[in-house]
Amino acid sequence: MSQFALEITDLKKTYDSDVLALKGINLTVQEGDFFALLGPNGAGKSSTIGIIASLVTKTAGKVKIFNIDTDENFPEAKRLLGVVSQEINFNNFENVIDIVTTQAGFYGIPLKEAIEKTEITLKRLGLWEKRNDQARTLSGGFKRRLMIAKALIHEPKLLILDEPTAGVDIELRREMWDFLKEINENGTTIILTTHYLEEAEQLCKNIAIIDHGELIENTSMKDLLRRLDVQGFLLDIDQSLDNPPSIDNFQISLEDSNTLNVAIKKDQSINELFDQLSDQGINVSSMRNESNRLEEMFIEMVKKN
Amino acid sequence: MSRKNEILISLITLIRKEIKRYLRIWVQTLVPPAVTMSLYFVIFGSLIGPRIGTMDGLDYIQFMIPGLIMMSVITNSYANVVSSFYSVKFQKSIEELLVSPMPNWAILIGFVMGGVTRGILIGFIVFCVSLFFYPTFSIVNPMLTILVLLLTSILFSLMGFINAIFADSFDDISIIPTFVLTPLIYLGGVFYSINILPDIWRNISMANPMLYVVNTFREGMLGVSDVSIPFALAMILLFIAILTAACLLLLNKGVGTRQ
Repeated sequence: MSQFALEITDLKKTYDSDVLALKGINLTVQEGDFFALLGPNGAGKSSTIGIIASLVTKTAGKVKIFNIDTDENFPEAKRLLGVVSQEINFNNFENVIDIVTTQAGFYGIPLKEAIEKTEITLKRLGLWEKRNDQARTLSGGFKRRLMIAKALIHEPKLLILDEPTAGVDIELRREMWDFLKEINENGTTIILTTHYLEEAEQLCKNIAIIDHGELIENTSMKDLLRRLDVQGFLLDIDQSLDNPPSIDNFQISLEDSNTLNVAIKKDQSINELFDQLSDQGINVSSMRNESNRLEEMFIEMVKKN
Repeated sequence: MSRKNEILISLITLIRKEIKRYLRIWVQTLVPPAVTMSLYFVIFGSLIGPRIGTMDGLDYIQFMIPGLIMMSVITNSYANVVSSFYSVKFQKSIEELLVSPMPNWAILIGFVMGGVTRGILIGFIVFCVSLFFYPTFSIVNPMLTILVLLLTSILFSLMGFINAIFADSFDDISIIPTFVLTPLIYLGGVFYSINILPDIWRNISMANPMLYVVNTFREGMLGVSDVSIPFALAMILLFIAILTAACLLLLNKGVGTRQ
């Protein structure tokens, strides 16, 4: 029977400086889900994750991990949880293998077993060749992988990643996406916060948006994208124009003399646009999305809030 | 696996990590006390000591040895915990411990054991150095000596832990050792017996907790002391109990560790 990997009820956090970071959040994440928790800077994402991971003390509310109340049995709940923090949080002067083996030890894994698990995890993340290197000598991307290796060493059922691909080049980011998809397919529930909304759109099945300490959206990714009324396209044209063409029912502006920016509503046909442009002697050589669809909606929602 | 075994493994892991840490930087942690204490033995023991004569009926260098060992144990067990725990806070690697199922008391024991092992190791090193300068030295009461060594390193490791909890910068971890610990140790009977002081200064010295630690250790090593040993041991144990309770309270409340 399916159960919740995470249940948050009326979660509140007020910092010493009287900053109200969370105003009573209610959130559930289904077991096996790949869940995006989005929000602008200072919205309350990291506070929420910090409370789940016991890095931040809550002011009020309940957190349950696989139905285990963290107030009643936090050690048991922590055993099911892996956390990849936003900032690097290992001793830079230790070797890669020592960092991961030690983390396994903190979860009560005996040394011999910890060494075996470390080898498997490091190989899986492409870090085995670097095992004897001091962490400070690793590149940013490898440091991120090391953070993930640490979080996975005790085989958690729920993995929380707080902006895991920040500052990582596109190639490595795609590799990480594949890796995360694979572990999600193998049964690990994943909660992801990210500033790359394309990442959330690519990976996540469900999404919650948090702003000013409140949940302003909590739905499936499909449903959210379905609600998008207007989509922007950039059309590259063969000839140079000084003014945008005028076509009934379409909003067209000039991005530059060879590029049209067009807003197309859901019920409008793009073929109709092409026909009318063709009638005016304008040939479209290529077309692309103006920007990430989710990004547009995200900005709109946060603005409204 | 039982919860007890799991905690035991996590505790051993933390202690191993702490010991590896100070052994990895042995040039900074183990060598300086040996060098500094050698200088004390050369200057105050071999050069000035013979001019001073005896103290409490003992050769001055012999009288000084327990005090210098204790001074090294106190400063090193304190320094180990304060620098180690502040570093994990500073580097945020404390999160490795906080997200794990390790209980707070095991985290405290792990760090304190790091300080205790370093304190005892340094005590042994300084004792070995002292044998170069006073080869005939023999310990009168080994059991009391080891007990005081252990209790003192626990006590000052706990103090270092509290200092690290409240520290917000590297300056904060050097203020207490420089302005509080060192003066109290120097005035706590390391180099002299309080019996040679005028009454008023002798009475003031009795309020110095270091005096009890140094003298109890001297009683163990040499069989001479300026203070009551049962009272001194009781005070050390009482302070250990109070500081342990304070450390656990601070950890449970998340002071300095959780936001």
